Amino acid sequence: MKDEKIDVNETKATDSNYLSARESHKISRENRRITDQFEKQNKRKNVPESEYTTKMKNPANVVEFDNLHTYFYTDVGVVKAVDGVTFDVPFGKTVGIVGESGCGKSVTSLSLMKLVQRPQGQIVEGEIRFDAGDKVYDIAKTPIEEMYNIRGNMISMIFQEPMTSLNPVFKIGTQIDEVITLHSLDLFHEEMKAAEKSVSNVKPSKESKLMIKARTLEMLDLVGIADSEKVYRMYPHELSGGMRQRVMIAMAIACNPKLIIADEPTTALDVTIQAQILEILMELKDKINSSIMLITHDLGVIAGMADYVVVMYAGRVVEKGTVFEVFKDPAHPYTIGLMAARPGINKEVERLYSIPGKVPNPIDMPNYCYFRDRCEKRIAACDGEYPMEIKLSPTHSVACYLYTEEEYRND
Amino acid sequence: MRNYIIKRLFLSVLILFFVAFIIYAIMRSIPTSYVEAIARERANLPGSKSYTEWIQQLNQIYGLDSGIIKGFFGWIGTVVQGDFGDSWVYNVPVVEKFRETIWYSFALGSISFIIQVSIAVPLGILAARKQYSKTDYAVTVVALVGISLPIFFFATILKLVFSINLGWFELYGTVGRFYEQLDGWGKFLDLAKHYVMPIATIVIVGIGGLMRYTRTNMLEVLNSDYIRTARAKGLTERRVINYHGFRNTLIPIVTIIGGSIPGLFAGALITETLFGITGIGKTAYDAMVGGDIPFSMFYLLFLAALTLLGTLIADILYAVVDPRVRVN
Repeated sequence: MKDEKIDVNETKATDSNYLSARESHKISRENRRITDQFEKQNKRKNVPESEYTTKMKNPANVVEFDNLHTYFYTDVGVVKAVDGVTFDVPFGKTVGIVGESGCGKSVTSLSLMKLVQRPQGQIVEGEIRFDAGDKVYDIAKTPIEEMYNIRGNMISMIFQEPMTSLNPVFKIGTQIDEVITLHSLDLFHEEMKAAEKSVSNVKPSKESKLMIKARTLEMLDLVGIADSEKVYRMYPHELSGGMRQRVMIAMAIACNPKLIIADEPTTALDVTIQAQILEILMELKDKINSSIMLITHDLGVIAGMADYVVVMYAGRVVEKGTVFEVFKDPAHPYTIGLMAARPGINKEVERLYSIPGKVPNPIDMPNYCYFRDRCEKRIAACDGEYPMEIKLSPTHSVACYLYTEEEYRND
Repeated sequence: MRNYIIKRLFLSVLILFFVAFIIYAIMRSIPTSYVEAIARERANLPGSKSYTEWIQQLNQIYGLDSGIIKGFFGWIGTVVQGDFGDSWVYNVPVVEKFRETIWYSFALGSISFIIQVSIAVPLGILAARKQYSKTDYAVTVVALVGISLPIFFFATILKLVFSINLGWFELYGTVGRFYEQLDGWGKFLDLAKHYVMPIATIVIVGIGGLMRYTRTNMLEVLNSDYIRTARAKGLTERRVINYHGFRNTLIPIVTIIGGSIPGLFAGALITETLFGITGIGKTAYDAMVGGDIPFSMFYLLFLAALTLLGTLIADILYAVVDPRVRVN
C-alpha cells in the first residue's frame, strides 16, 4: 500500500500534465461520489450470508483471486493498483509473489484481509474466494463484521517492518494473548464456550487466562525464542528486529490460520536473521498445515521457499507458474529481465543488469502491454491491446504477444 | 525513579532561586514604583514635606534603599522563615490576599480545564477517525472559530445574548444580590450560575488548540503500522481505536496536560475582568501595576514553582504511559 502512495507522489512531482484547480476539484468530487457508494455498500448491516458465500472453483485451493480490481481514488486520479489479478493459493503450498515496488503485491494481500486504506482504496471488481472449511467466503463482498472473525484467525499477516508493527505501549505477552483471547473459542472450545457469548468482549476467567498464557508461551517457544517467560513480560522496544519478527510470527500462527500472508517478512532484517526467520516460517507452516502467500523482492527467497510463483507488473499478473517452470524457462520479457538483474554466484559481471526505463504512471494506464515501452523484444503485435493470458503448460501461463496459444497446444 | 524525582526536586529549588532573583531584579528596575507614587501623593498634601524627603523616608521603610542584590537577599531571608511580608497595595499579608482570591480563579480554571479536555479529546479522536468527512470539517471549523475569537469579543456576545436579551445570567460578579440570605445549597447554586458564562467563554475559546492537537496525533497513530497489525488481528474497529490507538495518542496529550497545571492557578485576567470576578489574575495584575513587590514576587514565584512541578508531573506521567522512556 505504501508503495503505491509513493508512486502517486512521484507522478505529482514529475508529471508534466498540470492539473488545474477545476480539474482537481472535479476529480475529488467524482472520487467522493464513487467512494461514498462503496462505503454505503460496506456499511450495510445484516447482510444475508448468501450474498458473500460462494463455491471454490477448485477444492484444492484455499484462496482463489479471480479478476481482482483494487483501485485508489486519489486527488490526482484513479490509481489502478490491482487491475485484474487472477491466481490461486493451493492448500499447504507456498505461493511467492514478486515484482518491483508499487506493482500491487501488497495491495493484493491487503485486499484479501480487507485492510486496504478506506475510503480511498476500494475493491472495485472481482472475487476473492476463501475456503474457511465450513463455508467459502467471497472476501470482496464480505461485510467487515464477518471479517473480524477471519482476520488473525483464519488468515493472518506478517508485516515488513517488525520495528514498528508491534504496539510500543503494550507488553509482548499482552499482544499475543489478545489475539488468542479474541479467537480462542475455536481453541479452547469446551472450557470457554460455556461462559462466553460474544466474541469481541471476552472477559476470560482465571483458568482460561492461564491457558491463554500457556498457549502464548508455547508459541514463543515455537518461533525459537529461548527465554519465553521473560520475553512475555518485555516491551517491543526491548527486543531486536529479528526477535520482534519472531513475535509477529508467533502472533500470526497462534490461532492456526489456514493462510499466512508474509508481506516482505525479511526485508528489514539482516541476512543471517533472514535465513532463520524463513526457516521458522517454513517449519511452522508444515506444523500447522497452512498455506503461505509470500510477498518479496528477493528471487532467491522465492526459489528457496515457494512452490508457485506469481510475477506482477503494474497491477497485473504477467506470468505465473511453478517455481521450477518460472525459474527454468522464464517466458515474459519482464521475468527474464528480473532473472538477469539478480547477482549470481557463478557469474562475474562488471555491472548488474537492470531493466531500462521505469514503471509507468499508474494513473490513466493505456490499453496496451504496460511493459511494451521497456521491452527489448517488442514486436509489431505489441501495439495492440493488453495481451491475453496464454497457457504454456497446465500450470504455467504468461501474458505476452511473443507466445501464441496454438504454438503450445501442439507441444 | 525515586532518585530521579529527588534529583529533579533539588534542581527545581535551584532554578527557583535564580528565577526569584531575576523577577526581583526586574521588579526593582521597572518604572512603576509604589514608593514614588505614594511620595508624590503625600508631597501634594498641604503643608507636607518635599517629594525627595518623602521618598527617602519611604525607601527606608520599604527596604528599597539598598541595592538589588542586597535587597534580594533581604527578601529571601524573610521568605525562608516562611514570611512573605505584607502586600503594599492591599495592606494585608500577601498569603492572606492570595488565599482570598485564588479559589475563585482555581474553580474557574480547573472546571473549564476539565470540560475542555473532556470535550476536546473525544472530538479530536472523532475528527481523526473520520478524516476529510463532514464531521471532520465541522469539528475543525468550530475549533478554528474558537481559536480565532478574541475573549473580550466572545464574552461580550455571550453577555448580550444570555444576560441582556434572554436574562438567564447576571452580567457581573460571583454572587447574586440575595446571596447572604440563601442556605448552603442555594449559595452553591448561586455561585455556579454566575460561573456559567465565564467558564463557557474560556472553554470555547480554548478548546480548539487541544482538539487540533489530539486530531493530529490520533491521525499519526492511526496511520502507523501497529494499528494495521491490530486490525489484522481481527480486533473490532472500536477496540483498535479506543485501546491500541488511544493509549498511543495519550503520550503527547499527557505532556500538554501536565504543562497546563500552572494555568489552573494563573487566573484568567481578561475573563475575570470582564465578568467582575475578583480572581488571582485581576488581583495580581493590579498588584503588578501598583508596583507591589511582595505580592508580585510571591505570585510569580508561585507560578514558577507550579511550572516546574507541572513539567515534573508531565515527565512522570510520560513514563507511566510510554514504556520506552521509563528510567531505571
